[in-house]
Amino acid sequence: MNFTFHRKRITGVLVVVPENERVFADEMKNFNFPEARSLKLKEVMGFDKRRVVEPGVCVSDLVVFGLQHLFETGALKREEIDALILVTQTPDHFVPPTSSIIQGRLRLKQDMLCLDISQACAGFVIGLMQAFLLLEQESIKKVVLVNADVLSRKASPKDRNIYPLIGDAASIVVVERDPEDSIIHANLKMDGARSGALTIPAGGLRQPSTLETSMLEDVGDNNLRAKDHLYMDGAAIFNFVQTEVPPLLEDLLTRSGVPRDSVDYYLCHQPNRFMLQKLADKMKVPYAKMPNNVVEHFGNNSGVSIPTVIAYDLGPRLLTEQLHVCLAGFGAGLTWSAMLLKLGRLTFNAIIEFK
Amino acid sequence: MKSVAEILKEIRPEFDFAASSDFIADGMLDSFDMVTLVAALDKNYSISILGTDIVPENFQNLQTIEALLRKTGAKL
Repeated sequence: MNFTFHRKRITGVLVVVPENERVFADEMKNFNFPEARSLKLKEVMGFDKRRVVEPGVCVSDLVVFGLQHLFETGALKREEIDALILVTQTPDHFVPPTSSIIQGRLRLKQDMLCLDISQACAGFVIGLMQAFLLLEQESIKKVVLVNADVLSRKASPKDRNIYPLIGDAASIVVVERDPEDSIIHANLKMDGARSGALTIPAGGLRQPSTLETSMLEDVGDNNLRAKDHLYMDGAAIFNFVQTEVPPLLEDLLTRSGVPRDSVDYYLCHQPNRFMLQKLADKMKVPYAKMPNNVVEHFGNNSGVSIPTVIAYDLGPRLLTEQLHVCLAGFGAGLTWSAMLLKLGRLTFNAIIEFK
Repeated sequence: MKSVAEILKEIRPEFDFAASSDFIADGMLDSFDMVTLVAALDKNYSISILGTDIVPENFQNLQTIEALLRKTGAKL
């Protein structure tokens, strides 16, 4: 499905990461694998450091911390927020929406829209699309798009497929109308028939959490996981990304009439170094134009990974420059999405630590 | 340049790959080993195996791996 948006822009990016850092080399002993094999994996996949929350920390805690920082530094005024979109797979509660909890904790105005969207690694692009649509309304001048997840709380410490790569984080991205006549092209596809490849089987109403669903089971490959934990069919997801994402990006570039080489950066979701290098090879894009270093510093932080690469790799540069970037997110759903836009001359673009 | 057999031995030294006709079914290579193997083959032969070719059937035995390498342009 194709989308075109006019006169919209991102004006600020803030990423909040927990100060608690885990190091892969220290965690290797938790997995039932020889250290030599884990070290080879570290080298290829880029596993190294990641940021995870302390027990009990929820999505709204990270987001409230980040928004308070923006209020205190004067980068954002609370009365300016006309809409708050939260994209998460790990809400504080089933009811109410976590965006409403954030609104209440920060005493934001009542004359605004709070909206939760259930999306994961493709959720930044989908959240931007929703923000652009809301800005078509005269009454909405400033949208705060929040992506946030604390998936480490749903990962089995004995599952080498998931645990060493998960990071927690939140991003706060301000989206406004663009006084210039800018055009943004985007596209997305979804395939719910493959939704079982990335799922948390228990804990919803289809299979409520019980003592049984909390018990670790031998799931093969020396991994232990409970039904309450996040499950990923790594091989299926890898194949999905390599098969579906390149044609999505090619279609987007063709439709927008933008030559591949004139894109300054391809800022993709950050699952691991190997997957992104293979994607870059397939797209014939130099590795320097498709950064893959978020996972080694922060872990795979789901829908926050694209804002993280924007802030970590292009931080101060985007305060003064404007770059032509192609965003690409892919993950649970299954969902894959891309967007081509001018990004830059931001009022803020930084990473802070949650304490 | 190392041979495919030597690279396999480095990744899983405990197995005799010459004695197996299906590394996957015999439990000698899991999905993470395949990733490690692809990275090593890419480096050794100065190639880039396509992501869409990283599927179990291409890593069943020495013959299928060598066929994949030839398809990718490696000089064996």
